[in-house]
Amino acid sequence: MTDNSVIIVGGGHNGLVCAAYLAKAGRKVTVLEAADQVGGAAVTREFAPGYQVSACAHLLFMLDKDISSGLGLKKHGLKLAAADMETVSLSDTGEHLFLSGPEARGGDLSADDAAKLKQFNARMNKFADVLRKVYKGRPPRLVGEWQELKGLAKLGLAVRGMGREDMREFLRIAGINIYDVLQEQFDSEMLKGAVAWDAVLGGHLGPRSNNSILNYLHKLTGDVNGKRGAMASVRGGMGGVTAALAKAAEAAGAEIRTSTVVSRIIVENGTVTGVELENGEKLSASKVVSNADPRTTFMDLVGLKHLEAGVALQVRNIRSRGSVAKLHLALDSLPRFTGLDEKALGGRLLISPSVVELEQAFDFSKYGEISESPMMEITLPTVHDDSLAPGGKHVLSALVQYAPYNLKQGWESGRGELLKRCMAVLERYAPGIGATVLHSEVLSPADIEREFRIAGGHWHHGEFALDQFMMTRPMHGSAQYATPLPGLFLCGAGAHPGGGVMGAAGRNAANEIIARGDAA
Amino acid sequence: MNKKEHYKTFVYPTAFHSRTSKLNQMQESHRWKDYLVADVYEDVALEYFAMRNSTGVFDLCPMTKHKITGPDALEFLNRMLTRDVSKLKPGRVSYCVWCDDEGQVIDDGTVFHMRPGEYLLCSQERQLDWLSISSLGFEVTITEPTHELAALAVQGPTSCAVLRKMGLNDIQNLKPFGIAWFDFQGSELMVSRTGFTGDLGYEVWIEAPRAEALWDALFAAGKEHGIRPIGTHALEMTRIEAGFIQAGVDFLPADEAVRPGRTRSPFELGLSWLVDFKKPNFTGRNALLEEKEKGSRYNFARLDIAGNKPAKDAFIYNSKKQVVGTVTSAMWSPTAKANIALASLHAPWGKPGDELYAEIYYQRELKWSRVMARATVVEGAFFDPERKKVTPALDF
Repeated sequence: MTDNSVIIVGGGHNGLVCAAYLAKAGRKVTVLEAADQVGGAAVTREFAPGYQVSACAHLLFMLDKDISSGLGLKKHGLKLAAADMETVSLSDTGEHLFLSGPEARGGDLSADDAAKLKQFNARMNKFADVLRKVYKGRPPRLVGEWQELKGLAKLGLAVRGMGREDMREFLRIAGINIYDVLQEQFDSEMLKGAVAWDAVLGGHLGPRSNNSILNYLHKLTGDVNGKRGAMASVRGGMGGVTAALAKAAEAAGAEIRTSTVVSRIIVENGTVTGVELENGEKLSASKVVSNADPRTTFMDLVGLKHLEAGVALQVRNIRSRGSVAKLHLALDSLPRFTGLDEKALGGRLLISPSVVELEQAFDFSKYGEISESPMMEITLPTVHDDSLAPGGKHVLSALVQYAPYNLKQGWESGRGELLKRCMAVLERYAPGIGATVLHSEVLSPADIEREFRIAGGHWHHGEFALDQFMMTRPMHGSAQYATPLPGLFLCGAGAHPGGGVMGAAGRNAANEIIARGDAA
Repeated sequence: MNKKEHYKTFVYPTAFHSRTSKLNQMQESHRWKDYLVADVYEDVALEYFAMRNSTGVFDLCPMTKHKITGPDALEFLNRMLTRDVSKLKPGRVSYCVWCDDEGQVIDDGTVFHMRPGEYLLCSQERQLDWLSISSLGFEVTITEPTHELAALAVQGPTSCAVLRKMGLNDIQNLKPFGIAWFDFQGSELMVSRTGFTGDLGYEVWIEAPRAEALWDALFAAGKEHGIRPIGTHALEMTRIEAGFIQAGVDFLPADEAVRPGRTRSPFELGLSWLVDFKKPNFTGRNALLEEKEKGSRYNFARLDIAGNKPAKDAFIYNSKKQVVGTVTSAMWSPTAKANIALASLHAPWGKPGDELYAEIYYQRELKWSRVMARATVVEGAFFDPERKKVTPALDF
């Protein structure tokens, strides 16, 4: 009998998706999660007595619908608290801009900009469709058998199929920055600031950095119930997604062990044969699939000495310095933002008033400093979901940029400094909010690294950039989920297609393993 | 060396410069890794025959030396080099090559296992960058004492007698590829029975400030034994006779190659004996394993060519007049009395006994002529004397 056992290191959303698909295909799957609950960076946990929050990612907008329907996530308990959240770009004068896909109103928006936004949105979605296509499977290789060339040809055809004008525009802007493109299109500073936020969120880049268009298109590949660019809040927090995935995986026959820390991936005679746990227990399997980021996988769990020197160098050079911090506040009452209706608090609130201020905020992080005036994406999940806080109380969850992983002053003192700056910014938009804060928590990239075991605290397990994209994600030779080490596969956000709670990397990795049959 | 001032010096003198520069009658030198080395001191033929008949001394200071220590030193070398270094005992030296991930040779050299766990890796090319890359994940300390460690190659049939006379007792009992340590006027002198000439010979290593004293003692001891400084031209002749390959001549270091297909694997350089697949991991292993299964693109060949016209840079043809490769090194061998060459041939050409043709262009009194000379692929070195291997070393 052939050994069809698979160990998945890490029970993040991709690990669970991978587990579910492999178990459905008849593999004997064991998921080992270090934390006391599954979820990885898509997790809900208490941050103050009685207050729950999505501890890392806080909105759902990229989950692949083939995965959610294919694994029956609704049946397994996934419930959206809000499915089509409006984006509100806050203004400290109360002249807020409201955005929903191609529609915008308010703020400093002119009729001309509103019309142009529709065209811009349509075109960007068309470009994002090219990515959507290549996200469905493993990326093609640049060299290799004819099947690989077929994959490349398909990609070329998808680009060509956009029509001459759009293809030209796609090729022109794909590698450049969102700032230049927005300057060409729009006058509204608020609109540009809000759109640019989506192009820089999660990465170590500003709106004037190249790859910001690529990041923007990546985000646009997502949808909620078929609606492009929509954002959803999950009932019970992001842990609701991974809880449903865990149920789906277990229903398919996978075993999930939490509080099980893998200390190393065992390599014997050049082949991966299993894992060793922190308690010394050894588990063997015909294949080990790592949901951990590539640097953690290769440097900490495998050990670079088991790789060839060139591969080891590539691993070391993967860029994965996080720049996002997480702010959690327990509030005594709903905050009051100047000029904002209470109804609008259920939306996604952005503090990114202009593309220039966003770029200036990034400048600090280039030199290892916290932005003087941090930019934020704020959600108040308790507006839709009463399960997260005691009655009448609220939770504020914010992604804060920029907070560089390599902070010069160190994160021990930096954490308090960041909280102070965040509160100063919030106070500008929601005067009096500080007085309603009951508890607070700041997760710096260093905390994210520690809590979620992601090297560099980078949400996407590695910067999302053209040199770490598709056939070079996380690096060439490991881009098709199999690694140079026989028996070891990658299934996390560090692999194609990348970060965001989408599950595509986990599914594609499972498909690759199934397609390879019993071969390592 | 003051690291910030290095660029102000065009070329560095070696530790023996005060001695070699006086002897260098021709004042012909070239740059070897930023050091000045003599091409020829007086006459190439005299220097060549000194090495084959008495003793030639070659200034080896520019040879790049890397010292590797630390708990992972052995594991590190085993991952970097293609051969199994765990078999190398303290006090022994071994020839080795290392490859990139594509299995293409970066350089060849010698690895010295000095005291237990303390290694010295010598190579023609600077390798610190590659060693640093290769050390990721290993607990090792790597230094490059090239400038601090002076070295001489003392090669030829009377070399043992010269060193004995210099006071190195028992040196005759040092086996080929062995290392011994001696006291030299209060300093430690390391001697290895190694060389690039395929003959009885030694390499002697001493801290740079004692280099001149070593030179003086050596030449005083060798006076009656026909000792002579030799330049790179003569050394080049002896290494071709020995059948040794040289970086930049017989193969292109993989880290310097720009064009695809210009580099060679160990198999393609006749060095399959240095590749040990029993090791579970070394850089280049995956690619070399694939090459072993699919076959190599090139073969390395030693050619015995008809006539006496050196086949320098010659194209090699098969009997159908198709070009099947090129000569990389060639000479008329005075000792082997043969017209010899090293060549890189397209597979499958290059098996021992293959009869091929070398297209040789030569000049007589400014008139160019061309000859298609028969070239036979032969096995083994062109010059391989018994005295190279015999221990105790013979006295001449």
